[in-house]
Amino acid sequence: MIYARRAWAVVWKDLLVERRSKETLNALAFFSLLLLFVFQFALGPDRERLAGVLPGLLWLGFVLAGLLGLGRTFVAERENDCWEGLLLAPGDKSAIYVGKLAGNLLLMLAVEAMLLVLFAVFFNLDLAGVLPALGLVVVLGTLGLAAVGTLFAAMTANLRARELLFPVLLLPVQVPVLLATVKATEAVLAGEPLGAVAHWLQLLAAADVVYVTAGLLTFDFVLEG
Amino acid sequence: MAGGEAVALLGANGAGKTTLLKILATLLRPTRGRVMVAGHDAVREPEAVRRHLGLVAHGAHVYEDLTARENLAFWTALGGARVPAADLAAALAAVELERHAGERVRTFSAGMKRRLSLARFVLARPRVLLLDEPFAGLDQRAKKWLEEYLQAFKAGGGAIVMATHSFGRELAVADRIAILAGGAIALEAPRAPLTADDVQRLYALHAEDAP
Amino acid sequence: MMRALGWLAALGLAAGLVMGFGVAPRELTQGNVQRIMYVHVPSVWVAYLAFAVAFVASIAYLGRRAAPADRLAHAAAEVGTLFLGITIATGSIWGKPTWGTWWTWDARLTSVSVVFVMYVGYLLLRGMVDDPERGARFAAVLGIIAALNIPLVHFSVYWWRTLHQPPSLMKPGGATMPPVILAALLVNFAALALVGAYFVARRARLLRREAELLA
Repeated sequence: MIYARRAWAVVWKDLLVERRSKETLNALAFFSLLLLFVFQFALGPDRERLAGVLPGLLWLGFVLAGLLGLGRTFVAERENDCWEGLLLAPGDKSAIYVGKLAGNLLLMLAVEAMLLVLFAVFFNLDLAGVLPALGLVVVLGTLGLAAVGTLFAAMTANLRARELLFPVLLLPVQVPVLLATVKATEAVLAGEPLGAVAHWLQLLAAADVVYVTAGLLTFDFVLEG
Repeated sequence: MAGGEAVALLGANGAGKTTLLKILATLLRPTRGRVMVAGHDAVREPEAVRRHLGLVAHGAHVYEDLTARENLAFWTALGGARVPAADLAAALAAVELERHAGERVRTFSAGMKRRLSLARFVLARPRVLLLDEPFAGLDQRAKKWLEEYLQAFKAGGGAIVMATHSFGRELAVADRIAILAGGAIALEAPRAPLTADDVQRLYALHAEDAP
Repeated sequence: MMRALGWLAALGLAAGLVMGFGVAPRELTQGNVQRIMYVHVPSVWVAYLAFAVAFVASIAYLGRRAAPADRLAHAAAEVGTLFLGITIATGSIWGKPTWGTWWTWDARLTSVSVVFVMYVGYLLLRGMVDDPERGARFAAVLGIIAALNIPLVHFSVYWWRTLHQPPSLMKPGGATMPPVILAALLVNFAALALVGAYFVARRARLLRREAELLA
């Protein structure tokens, strides 16, 4: 109970700060739009040809937005040494991890929904029938991405080469999630039933469990600064 | 150190005042030796120590985009406490911020931020307060208020450790002084028999010709 | 002690060479090229052994905050990365005459490369944190995550490659391995494991001396 209240305090605080400053969400929305332009320019307007690489492009967009968004998770905590305050607040520090992870999940899902709409418009995708299945894949994949991303963001927040090191550490670890989500999205968009990609969904679920557990257990050591 | 007592750590820049405070606050691990705070080992049981601890350091631990009330609500909730709105308001009143409760911290002065960070400890009632340069950058009114606040905290049985390199109101609050030089305590003495000039002279003797 | 380990490793390498070039027979279809397997396969085993050591040492470091555990993790991760590099290089050299190309997104080669990149990231992190205590803590966390991630990488890459195009190329070390080849593989594994252990011991000692010098 107390644990949940402490985790919720972090979510509430981060959402409130984000609502006031709108820094991250605004920038990521604009970034998503730019990504769509870049994809179109780089690959040409031929929709037939793009259809084959669409799942990959979609997740490339999610990951790029994630690298920018997740990397900022702890930037606000450096202001006025709030980081010290988090460390000194009595109680299990993993509650802070849970709160930050939940906040990141909400932020990422919002950005991904935005990107999905943009994809549907620009690439003439019909998402109506596949939305529940696609949603499941996106949530499972995003949880894995955010679980490791939140942990690594805390790790790199106080380092010199923060912007450089964060993607360099996160991307190789995320290869399983990336492969699984792209393959599952491919199948879902092709109209296949979820049963056809059950093994990928299992892998994603396993990855989520491993990452979240590892995050909960090691966050204490990362927060020490 | 006993409850109801205040120690002022004096020393030049780099003498180890802030480091000592951070070790006491469980933010740094000592390379050797043991640290006991409020009856608990700071290295082995940092959580037990943190429960009894209040730290007011250079950063005030406040979020600029939140209001004073929201900041206080966040930090108390993160500490696991469920605090009614009336108590939050009372704590803000205790640090004389009630008129600014709904304003964003971004508009606050340094003194107001420090008072806001003390408001947390009005609610949490720690047994030990650690202060780093508590009076620096405050105007006369705020200094007077803080001195009274610290005297009241002591009277309530709390212990205070503060680091400083000035000789103003800190000395009025302190019961003992300790002069740090080169990472070690060069002199420790009760404050009462000493005048400000005495402290000045001792400081010059011990802190400034240290290696 | 360390000197003895070094000589033992050298002896093992000599025995490995004898087994690989002398005792093991010439492969029928590939010829002598196939003998590179006696380096290629054992080195990947040694690499994973080293990562397992780094994993355990990382957990031990976080539990007890003992600097020797951190140095062991550091040294083992470095040596593991080195041996994985040897695996990838020999695989590539082997691939040119047999598959006709230096690189192919073969499932094993790909998954090994992903793990390699992951540990290069680990070593980068080691190099980029100034405070040694903080660096040790962060590296331990990453060392744990990276090791836990290895099975996930393997499964995902294997499915990724094989579900669309079943492996038709000849795989090193099939199910029908003659005992003499297996023996040559095992001798070389033992030899490379000794070399790896020797490197780890040397590297850990060097790290200790560095730390003593800086303290």
